[in-house]
Amino acid sequence: MSSMKTLALLGLVGAAVLGTVPTATLVFAQDAKTDFANKLDPNAKEIDEPVLKAATAVKDEDGKYLDKDGHPTFRITNDGKKVDWYTYAGYRRYHAECHVCHGPDGMGSTYAPALKDSLKRLSYEEFYGILAGGKQDVNNTANQVMPAFGDNKNVMCYANDLYVYLRARAAGAWGRARPAEKEDKPETYKKAETECLGG
Amino acid sequence: MRAVHLLALGAGIAAATPALANESVLKSIANPAEQALQTVDYANTRYSKLDQINASNVKNLQVAWTFSTGVLRGHEGAPLVVGNMMYVHTPFPNIVYALDLDQGAKIVWKYEPKQDPSVIPVMCCDTVNRGLAYADGTIILHQADTTVVSLDAKTGKVNWSVKNGDPSKGETNTATVLPVKDKVIVGISGGEFGVQCHVTAYSLKDGKKIWRGYSMGPDDQTLIEAGKTTELGKPVEKDASLKTWEGDQWKQGGGCTWGWFSYDPKLDLFYYGSGNPSTWNPKQRPGDNKWSMTVWARNPDTGKAKWVYQMTPHDEWDYDGINEMILTDQKIDGKEQPLLTHFDRNGFGYTLNRDTGALLVAEKYDPVVNWATKVDMDKGSKTYGRPLVVSKYSTEQNGEDVNSKGICPAALGSKDQQPAAYSPKTQLFYVPTNHVCMDYEPFKVTYTPGQPYVGATLSMYPAPGSHGGMGNFIAWDGVNGKIKWSNPEQFSVWCGALATAGDVVFYGTLEGYLKAVDSKTGKELYKFKTPSGIIGNVMTYEHKGKQYVGVLSGVGGWAGIGLAAGLTDPNAGLGAVGGYAALSSYTNLGGQLTVFSLPNN
Repeated sequence: MSSMKTLALLGLVGAAVLGTVPTATLVFAQDAKTDFANKLDPNAKEIDEPVLKAATAVKDEDGKYLDKDGHPTFRITNDGKKVDWYTYAGYRRYHAECHVCHGPDGMGSTYAPALKDSLKRLSYEEFYGILAGGKQDVNNTANQVMPAFGDNKNVMCYANDLYVYLRARAAGAWGRARPAEKEDKPETYKKAETECLGG
Repeated sequence: MRAVHLLALGAGIAAATPALANESVLKSIANPAEQALQTVDYANTRYSKLDQINASNVKNLQVAWTFSTGVLRGHEGAPLVVGNMMYVHTPFPNIVYALDLDQGAKIVWKYEPKQDPSVIPVMCCDTVNRGLAYADGTIILHQADTTVVSLDAKTGKVNWSVKNGDPSKGETNTATVLPVKDKVIVGISGGEFGVQCHVTAYSLKDGKKIWRGYSMGPDDQTLIEAGKTTELGKPVEKDASLKTWEGDQWKQGGGCTWGWFSYDPKLDLFYYGSGNPSTWNPKQRPGDNKWSMTVWARNPDTGKAKWVYQMTPHDEWDYDGINEMILTDQKIDGKEQPLLTHFDRNGFGYTLNRDTGALLVAEKYDPVVNWATKVDMDKGSKTYGRPLVVSKYSTEQNGEDVNSKGICPAALGSKDQQPAAYSPKTQLFYVPTNHVCMDYEPFKVTYTPGQPYVGATLSMYPAPGSHGGMGNFIAWDGVNGKIKWSNPEQFSVWCGALATAGDVVFYGTLEGYLKAVDSKTGKELYKFKTPSGIIGNVMTYEHKGKQYVGVLSGVGGWAGIGLAAGLTDPNAGLGAVGGYAALSSYTNLGGQLTVFSLPNN
């Protein structure tokens, strides 16, 4: 139990590490006054305007995009063809760790909810809490149990990636496809990933 | 005794020694009115001698009665019938109902184990259970949490129970058990959790553990006898398994045993397949990873292996080798031989001599299979018995973080656990198949006990350039390794087939249809849409002189994952739109037994 908590904390620390960025990069990003608006596929059919709006990036921390509340978010460019690194990595991790219950592309299965819908409602903190701590809904008609991934580095080291990918799905900004074009893997990401997995 | 043995084995295996197998099981197998095993008989033929329902009257079939299990998850396996009693099981929480067929299927007793729900998410892919077995007046249930329970068949009272594994380490169960002689043989799941999997024999009488044989490890764990156990006719050397893993990786090696068991009383050997090695990232576990992906022939009293055959050394695609081993006696090369036929997830249909383990036939049972050109059948070759892997589809050769595209079949295999049937009348196998391909990208993962240990990203889609559907129901000639006929299906066929002496083959579909086809031609003779998708196995029994056919509906399992919402975007324009349809447009969750019969006059 105690080791689980410790590791869950490690996960949070990992996330914090991903959040801290060399000042120089930050200054550069702000100086450039980049336009963070998404350039989505003009034919995208499932766009959820409020979710999309709330997910608009206002800040770029070395390839990690943050919304106005400081939560990680996606950035999609080139008419919906190119994604940020986190959306791409989230796609990969999702289809290794999550899809055996939650279905391909966050579409849900016969026994687990469609996360492309859940992420329309869940806050970043709620998402993180369920991921680390699990969820149980056991009664006469439902036996839905999600395990606590708090001590699973293959999941917790990629919590932000999963959140960003699923947020893009929830907003309708990214469809049912594997991202082809992607931004480069950020240096700070590489460092944080190695530290998180290796620790 | 002899007469019983002869009757007992549909495939016609003559018994040389008496008092083998289990008397009560043999008696039930010999009586086609009953079904004591999930596999119908020890040989796993899933063939019934009942012929009241036949190819000319099956079109008149109608629903006789139904029963709701009260659970809305994937329903695999089938009910049993012994005497006037029917025994129905459910997915988690693994309820058992005893229904009296003499009293309009009245519930005589109900057993509901208390299990920690934390086992649910540790199970791979839904909370399915592939059913009960009957032996010596007891019903054997192997629960999700790996508790093996013996219930008094008359009262439902617990005779004994034993824990076969530890769910907190990712050890769970979905499989049925094999009662043989005075023992019950059980397997275990957890390949995606880095479990070192095994088969274990318990005493049928009191649940005492008798032996355990692991899928990998030193010989004293695998129960392989160096110099004596053979692979493809050659003795296996000492601790051969250890040499095919890096360091201690075999301890998280997988090779799980969640499939079916068959048994040959004459040779006194039981057969099963071991599953995929953990992780799904082949780069992280160099070597052949023996004895994952292996056909095993073991002695039921000692667990000792007579022979092994590894089908997919160093798996790179999750071609979990657990599918059933069907035992038949047929002529190959002009010689009557004791055969074992196996439709592997990897897309090859294998026929072996089940006495010697000699490989006789290995051919693709779905033409789209492309990851290997063939299995090397040249006895003089260095790669004899191995699949010749196509580099383009090798996730090992392409490496980590590379997406290998267009691999057929997908990880769920050309066929998953849903068992095939064999009719001695046509000498054909009837095989429910998947017609699905995939992209597969392995990447590095770390191991944490009790946590998934997958290490690959997958996306799956209907086989390109084909009929657009995700399944076929085929008839297979195992002697020549050829498809006789093939019926395309919109969805994977995830239902165990049943062949009968009435020249009818039954199977169910994910949309929920029970279908009856002509055993010679595959022509559809009857279909009926049950309340939910079918992933259970068709069974038949006779009560008061009348033949009934039963099947559990309740969509879920592996099939409930991707197919529920459709595998891929229907607008992606990769093929026929029909093939990409979502199963959720056709059916819903359910948990129901539907029993069919012919009208009374």
